[in-house]
Amino acid sequence: MPKKPELMPGTLDMLILKTLTRHPQHGYGIALAIKRLSDDFLTVEEGSLYPALQRLLLQGWVKAEWKMTETNRRARYYSLTAAGRKQFGLELSQFEKMIAAIGRVLEGA
Amino acid sequence: MDGLRRLLRRLGILLRRERFEDELKEEMDFHREQKAKELQAEGLTDAEARHAARREFGNPLHLRERSQDVIAMGFETTLQDFRFAIRQLRKNPGFAATAVLIFTLGICASVSIFGFVDAALIKPLPYQDPSRLVGVYENSTRIPRSNLSYLDYLDWKKRNRVFSSLEVWSGTGYLLKTSDGVQPAPSVRVSAGFFRTLGVNPVVGRDFEPGEDLPGTAKVAILSYATWQKWLGGREDVIGQTAMLSNVSYKIIGVLPREFHFALRGSADFWTVLDGSNSCEKRRSCHNLFGVARLKDGVPVEMALAEMQSIARQLETEYPGSNRDQSAAVVPLSEAIVGNIRPILLVLLSGAGLLLLIACVNVTSLLLARSESRKREIAVRGALGASFVRLARQFATEGLVLVVAGGALGVIAAGWLMGLLTKLVPAQMLAGMPYLNGLGLNFRVLAFACGVAVLAAVLFGIAPILRAPMLDMHNGLAEGGRGSAGRMWRRFGANLVVVELAIAVVLLVGAGLLGKSFYRLLHVDLGFQPDHLATLGVAVPDVTYKSDGQRVALARQVVNRVANLPGVKSVGLTTLMPVSYNGNTDWIRIVGKPFHGEHYEVNERDVSSDYFTALQAKLVRGRFFDDSQDASKPRVAVINEALARQYFPGEDPIGKKFGDGGLTPSSLREIIGVVDDIREGSLDSRIWPAEYLPFNQSPDTFFAVVVRTSQAEQSVLPTLSRVIREIDPSIGIASEETMNGRIDSSQTAYLHRSSAWLVGGFAALALLLGVVGLYGVISYAVSQRSREIGIRMALGAPCGAVYRLILKEAGWLTAVGMASGLVCAVIAATLMHKLLFDVESWDVPTLCGVALVLGLCALCAAFVPARRAASLDPAEVLRAE
Repeated sequence: MPKKPELMPGTLDMLILKTLTRHPQHGYGIALAIKRLSDDFLTVEEGSLYPALQRLLLQGWVKAEWKMTETNRRARYYSLTAAGRKQFGLELSQFEKMIAAIGRVLEGA
Repeated sequence: MDGLRRLLRRLGILLRRERFEDELKEEMDFHREQKAKELQAEGLTDAEARHAARREFGNPLHLRERSQDVIAMGFETTLQDFRFAIRQLRKNPGFAATAVLIFTLGICASVSIFGFVDAALIKPLPYQDPSRLVGVYENSTRIPRSNLSYLDYLDWKKRNRVFSSLEVWSGTGYLLKTSDGVQPAPSVRVSAGFFRTLGVNPVVGRDFEPGEDLPGTAKVAILSYATWQKWLGGREDVIGQTAMLSNVSYKIIGVLPREFHFALRGSADFWTVLDGSNSCEKRRSCHNLFGVARLKDGVPVEMALAEMQSIARQLETEYPGSNRDQSAAVVPLSEAIVGNIRPILLVLLSGAGLLLLIACVNVTSLLLARSESRKREIAVRGALGASFVRLARQFATEGLVLVVAGGALGVIAAGWLMGLLTKLVPAQMLAGMPYLNGLGLNFRVLAFACGVAVLAAVLFGIAPILRAPMLDMHNGLAEGGRGSAGRMWRRFGANLVVVELAIAVVLLVGAGLLGKSFYRLLHVDLGFQPDHLATLGVAVPDVTYKSDGQRVALARQVVNRVANLPGVKSVGLTTLMPVSYNGNTDWIRIVGKPFHGEHYEVNERDVSSDYFTALQAKLVRGRFFDDSQDASKPRVAVINEALARQYFPGEDPIGKKFGDGGLTPSSLREIIGVVDDIREGSLDSRIWPAEYLPFNQSPDTFFAVVVRTSQAEQSVLPTLSRVIREIDPSIGIASEETMNGRIDSSQTAYLHRSSAWLVGGFAALALLLGVVGLYGVISYAVSQRSREIGIRMALGAPCGAVYRLILKEAGWLTAVGMASGLVCAVIAATLMHKLLFDVESWDVPTLCGVALVLGLCALCAAFVPARRAASLDPAEVLRAE
């Protein structure tokens, strides 16, 4: 089995923000969503989600709330704040610009 | 804004720390359980699923720590750094104690001196808007700030457009009748608007009302807070009570606030109104008042001065007899109050600052030397992955620990030292500096201490860090690493030592010059013998001793009673004790000399016949008067040599006559004798011309008694006041002192003495620190060069050559430090020449003395390591490598 590539540094926050744009989600749900949406290509070291979530909470980009899951368990749900939505847009556009720039360089070579 | 919000969020989390951790744990557990369930659904066994879930999740402990790092504020690491720093210092108690002690010294000296500077120069006066208050004076050729005459004051008040109010005051003394007999009560007479001008309201009762200072109004008095407490026990019903002041009854109408003080007068028990009714205040030529005014908004002091000068010129043309050459002086009130001690305080503050600087330099070089010896430790920590920032932070923390420990100790010591220094101030002087009552560790002093500490912390933190990049890790790890760093430090440390020695020289020269000034001051020619002289002041109520005859009789009685005491050789009276001040002057005109209305201003003293005998003042020509020379006899005078020199150059003044400006027949006096210059003014003032008139021809209700004793003068003081009181219990007696005691505690002597001692103390400490610093550098050099020295000796270098090698290095450093220090010292001394008395700022013996002292100390400091070097056993040194 080929080794899965490491996540590009700095992209984890963006991926978390992206998964939260649809609806509030708990940590496990976020990990699942990233995995599913990338067709199992991207896997995060699941534990490292949590330091990242604390960072986002501190920045005020997400907020957290304890709710019951469908299976009636207590879980912490994260949802995007207005500032977080703005931040996501910002990071996305920067990321796209960078990818485009890298692409141009590689094609030109 | 965002930063603030983040900080608040962080604080919120930190306050609910446990909840944060519990929630994090629960969340992670939930995650793993879900994961395990999912894997179980895929067919793994329970145990396998749990294991896999844990593996994929990663180390939960590590992850929790990382989460905590996100929210933490570098809190733990800082704490860790502190713990480590303290452990490091405890491991090396000698170093820690030395560094802390040195820094404590520096902080203590500078903070306590700053405390005085703050109390005297920074803390605002306890008046409303004190910066708008000015002192208003007349200005004569001899006295730059002389008293106002009442009639001039009335004109100044009426004509000026620069002051919103102009008031006057005059110090006076009452005899207060209490249950324990009569006590002198220093007091002030003021015009009615005085307190309104200062912006001070009585705490009990009322202020003087406008118009209450007109002649013929009721006698009213305001008490100082201290008098209220002391004399009436702070009773609320004080208002309306009467006080018997010099046998006149005054109604008490108010009490001043506790924090009120009026330094120009010193202590004042009673404040009464000045109604211009006494004989002096009816004459324009009699000057007995001081002015205080509030400037109108927007009027600067210079403008007020110009206006008052122009009014004075108008008065000069209107009243040429009394107002010739009488100009005006206007100075900020704060300048009038603390102008005389400002230069001394600034010099002391600079001295303390230099000591602080030398202390900081010393601690810095200790830290540098230590970082040198910790080179390997640092290299190991670097090799194990400590980043530069992390190491730097560690050093900064160590510096901070030193600063906090030394700073806290220093501030505590400063609080104590300030108390001690105030206790050393003579009581009478302290009364003249009431602003020192606010002395202590107030917020300004603490802010200063914190400021100094922050600067020191930066210095102590930065110095070793600056050195750190020079550390070559490889070299540091290599055994016996003695690369470029060693030489580097030697050069850097050597520079620091030069700075220390130079500062020490500056302080030593300062102390030497101040000490020499003080010595010269105490040995100034007084014109009389101050030993075996007891003195006291006597005052009697004007109303009971109305006529001159009564006053003369009383004075004779006092002299007789005292003269008959055992151990008393002679007794004299004067209206003003010698070594007080130049003042109480008279304008004279000499018969037969050209005169154009100039004011020949001379000190006037009314003295008894035995006064000169009691003082043992030398008669230069002619004779002294005797006791029979009273109002019934022709008027005579004894003059001092200065008067003879100035107004009778090349002539014999005996038999010459002088009088007032108009040569009024009743004012004419014949000069019968010339006496040696008795020092009437302060020790450092110039000798003024003086006339001594027979007390019996112009007696007063106040006089000073000087008693020449054959035994210790101290022992007769109690008996003196007792026998004088026996004459009349209503006599008030004040300032019972020996003449030497008076001179010692005079303001001039005190200021010179305290500055000489304090700067001397700073200089001694600076010398010690500088020499210890030199010792440190030289012994370090010896330890670094021990192999070289060993080789030299093995190759046959004699002991003497080794001594020469080491002493040359020390001598070079000392010479550079000394030379630069001497140059700086002369510059510094020139800046403080005002404080020097009879000594030039480049006083050669002092400079040579300092050079000699420093040279000897440096030699001793260098000799110890030099001897160690010379006694090295070459075989051992070479084998040890």
